Amino acid sequence: MSSGQSSAPALAPVHGENEQPQVTYTEFHPRWYRPQISTYWWLGKWPYVKFILRELTSVAVAWTVAVMLMQIFALTHSGAFYDGFEALMALPVMILVNVIAFAFLVFHSVTWFNLAPKAMAVRVGGKRVHGILISGPQYLAWIAVSAIVLFILATRT
Amino acid sequence: MSIPKTITLEVSRYSPERDPQPYFQSYEVPVKKEWVILDALNYIKDQIDGTLTFRWSCRMGICGSCGYTINNEPKLGCATFLTQYGRGPIRIEPLRNFPVVRDLVVEIGEFLEKLKKVKPWLIHEDGNGTGEYLQTPSQLEEFRQHSMCINCLLCYSACPISGLDPIFVGPAALALAHRYNKDSRDQGADERMAILSHPEGIWGCTFVGECTRVCPKHVDPAGAIQQYKIAGAIDGLKQFLMPWGQKGKQPKREAQKS
Repeated sequence: MSSGQSSAPALAPVHGENEQPQVTYTEFHPRWYRPQISTYWWLGKWPYVKFILRELTSVAVAWTVAVMLMQIFALTHSGAFYDGFEALMALPVMILVNVIAFAFLVFHSVTWFNLAPKAMAVRVGGKRVHGILISGPQYLAWIAVSAIVLFILATRT
Repeated sequence: MSIPKTITLEVSRYSPERDPQPYFQSYEVPVKKEWVILDALNYIKDQIDGTLTFRWSCRMGICGSCGYTINNEPKLGCATFLTQYGRGPIRIEPLRNFPVVRDLVVEIGEFLEKLKKVKPWLIHEDGNGTGEYLQTPSQLEEFRQHSMCINCLLCYSACPISGLDPIFVGPAALALAHRYNKDSRDQGADERMAILSHPEGIWGCTFVGECTRVCPKHVDPAGAIQQYKIAGAIDGLKQFLMPWGQKGKQPKREAQKS
């Protein structure tokens, strides 16, 4: 059985057996090693990547709000404004950006609904209500509102 | 799948007097079906290399001493079987987000200071809860889950915010504060809120959720902090709507002294 084999991958080289260690003492406690956190720490694990993507959804939310404000501005002004807005939104790059923004918004909504049962500890008869009974109605309401919007869009065009 | 006769453990070594930074040292240890990581570390300590330093005590998931980073995941050494890792190798490092004292031992003094700050004890107007108080099973259920914390610090190791923002109070301490707030015998919620309702307290948590996933006692610190945030938001709203204040006039909830 081998013992004490040094592999030292990506870290400091192992000390040789005959090497005399350089002993330096501090006054009150030994020298602690404080690992540095890489800028790319979040790439190491999928839950961390998911967390960063969730934080980035705020950009998509801000973008969607800006587009909606632009649309309202165009609607309240002359037809030329709205034609210009429609032409802008029909550009392939804008369609691509909006599809990405939509995907981020769906992700944002799902994480929000999944958070609700964590934040709301509802108890009935002394027992905590299962999470699905808190997030479920929110999902149902979301689907219902989306269906109504889709229905209006389908019947008006 | 058959169990291998031996497995390689790559253990992080660091001697403060000698090493500028940690390095890995490999040890080959026998594999037994019932052996956990802690058994393997004790085998190394007893049979191969007596200089290896690590914390452990109860061997049964109660003391919270043997938290290590095992193959990039914070886990308890006494609750992680060697057979989970097939033919290995298994890489064992100290818990993340703490200074390393030696080998697998981390410095937890900063955590203990944070823990003290959240006042994790019963606060009561007559004698700080030293009397005997009646409590129903449903009142106990309100906080029982959050009282299971063994201070193993796996949650701090998994929480990126604890690493990026060292003054963030952190998951275990906040969950314990919430545990006492939910205790029917306690009247210290307002005191704790004054301490924790700031960016390094409850509002520092960005709900990564990893603390809850790695918790070996299912304390759910992430859930506790989100519930604490709701209480904080309600408290802030009350102060805005009623600036003349309700604080100090009555206990938060009635505790029945026997």
